[in-house]
Amino acid sequence: MTPFDTLTGIAVPFGQENVDTDIIIPAKYLKSVTRTGLGMGAFDSIRQDPDNIFDTQRNAGAPILIAGDNFGCGSSREHAPWALADMGFRCVIAPSFADIFSGNAFKNGMLLVELPQEQVDRLMEVAKTDEITIDLENQVVTTPFQDRFEFDIDPFRKHCLMNGLDEIGLTEQLAGDIDAFEQRRSADMPFLDPVT
Amino acid sequence: MATKPRTLYEKIWDAHTVSRRDDGTCLIYIDRHLIHEVTTPQAFEGLRLAGRPVRRPDLTLAVPDHNVPTEGRGDPIEDPASAKQVALLKENCTAFGIEHIEMTSRDQGIVHIIGPEQGFTLPGLTIVCGDSHTATHGAFGSLAFGIGTSEVEHVLATQTLLLKPSRTMAVTVEGELGFGVSAKDITLAIIGKTGAGGGTGHVIEYRGSAIRALSMEGRMTLCNMAIEGGARAGLVAPDETTFTYVKGRDRAPKGEEFDRAVAYWRTLPTDEGAAFDREVFLDAADIAPQVSWGTSPEDVLPITGSVPDPSSFAEESKRAAAAKSLDYMGLTPGTPLSEIPVENVFIGSCTNARIEDLRAAAAVAKGRRAPQGVRVMVVPGSGRVKAEAESEGLDRIFTDAGFEWRDPGCSACLAMNPDKVPPGERCASTSNRNFVGRQGPGARTHLMSPAMAAAAAVTGRITDVRELMR
Ligand code: SF4
Repeated sequence: MTPFDTLTGIAVPFGQENVDTDIIIPAKYLKSVTRTGLGMGAFDSIRQDPDNIFDTQRNAGAPILIAGDNFGCGSSREHAPWALADMGFRCVIAPSFADIFSGNAFKNGMLLVELPQEQVDRLMEVAKTDEITIDLENQVVTTPFQDRFEFDIDPFRKHCLMNGLDEIGLTEQLAGDIDAFEQRRSADMPFLDPVT
Repeated sequence: MATKPRTLYEKIWDAHTVSRRDDGTCLIYIDRHLIHEVTTPQAFEGLRLAGRPVRRPDLTLAVPDHNVPTEGRGDPIEDPASAKQVALLKENCTAFGIEHIEMTSRDQGIVHIIGPEQGFTLPGLTIVCGDSHTATHGAFGSLAFGIGTSEVEHVLATQTLLLKPSRTMAVTVEGELGFGVSAKDITLAIIGKTGAGGGTGHVIEYRGSAIRALSMEGRMTLCNMAIEGGARAGLVAPDETTFTYVKGRDRAPKGEEFDRAVAYWRTLPTDEGAAFDREVFLDAADIAPQVSWGTSPEDVLPITGSVPDPSSFAEESKRAAAAKSLDYMGLTPGTPLSEIPVENVFIGSCTNARIEDLRAAAAVAKGRRAPQGVRVMVVPGSGRVKAEAESEGLDRIFTDAGFEWRDPGCSACLAMNPDKVPPGERCASTSNRNFVGRQGPGARTHLMSPAMAAAAAVTGRITDVRELMR
């Protein structure tokens, strides 16, 4: 995965609350067989309106999304972060995120930043005209107007995001342990290996 | 000095811990990985993008089941999206060296039915699949649970998962089941008692004399629905019933290896004095045949009950949910459950499509006939179940009763294939989820046992099977 360090870019001031995964990507796209290409189905119902916030010339392909409280609630579909990533988003800022969505987003290298509602409101204001900067190393969101909002992140998640490590990459660092475990098991309990 | 008494779950966990991080997260080794066409395409895509191989193709087994049509098995699949997923599974398995069971093979079936029947599922293992009903395999005393697509990719690449241990919950059912009451009724009654979220964060171990008395088929039905009670997995300790079932299965250990395996499996049951984080008790004699009335599996009542009045619930959130459910289900409070007419019956799914389930349904259907206007689908869980049922003449009993005898697959359990319940119509179903739209948009599902579903099929309404069989 691409390491996440500092990101400066256009932020889409979306702001809607309780956006569920059905709004992010409707069920009819679940028969897809790739992670890519889902962007065209993202926010389907909202984007029926040709004047929607996502498809303006300024916002299309923007790397940052600013959302409302409880973003990503509903089903556990991993298609939600895939669809957001396919639209170009690398970071979502909101007052809070649903649990499963949060895990899925992280697994796909997407940074979720939780900030209090007033700070999110302020960023929504700035985002209309100016770019926003997210500095993961220093855990701070800044604007060209001296705004400086610090955020919390799980140290393990931060480490993975900053080093572009996906969980598989991390586990692969333990390959020696896995090899040893397999050898021990096959020696002690060969009967647990499948008969083919 | 004696070691601290451990539960079955803790023994399996300890035996599979490759390494442990400071925050308590463990790298857990996975013994068996079942895969199907719906939750794997993006996992294989991820492997390709990163240039990673599958670490242990020999511990992985693939079968298409969710999308497959249940008639015209030899024909191409009509729906292009389904056809593509099924074809892609085979392509990916070929590319990564994984054994793949063809849709047309006699061994094909629902992933949670074929694992046990082929001896791929054994006691004491860790078993995963990109499907929440993987809990089924816990019937063997294996730690089995569903995972997401990123985790499928993680297992394919490393044969491990990063996990935090769950809390443990003992559900004890003592005593003897009454006439006409089955494992499905036990599992529904438990969810009715603990709630759809009651098991959240826990792994359940089912214990007690009523559980010990169940066949392996019954134990699989029981564990299958652990997830519907919110638990990650359900377990039954392995015993003689388990060993007898496993012995001689194609992929199970043979001869001396089998004896060594049994010796190990005998060490697994929970030690005397081991503590569970939570305990629940049920008396088997109190359990009547169960029927769901709402849109969550916790919305269940004995067949002798009536549709509840939403105002009868203590909590405001439950009152609102019940009112919404009844509106969707088109039911009026106070209606006796046994007076609800059904237009559809589905006998199938990984909960209840094993040979015993079909025998139970056939015993009720024998010599009876579905009334006009009632459509009954019987969908065996696998090609092997189908062949066995046919050798016993069950298919004739069903077709004589006006039921459809179909090819194996998930079918109307989630309606990803053409088998759907029409909008607004009611279905007596042996599956596991009565969620809104689960069996098709607008479909109204009533969960029950195979015998109860067959009783509904031959009367055209939800019926107490005990009255028919008296
Ligand atoms: S039968 Fe139903 S619950 Fe079981 S695996 Fe298939 S879709 Fe899932």
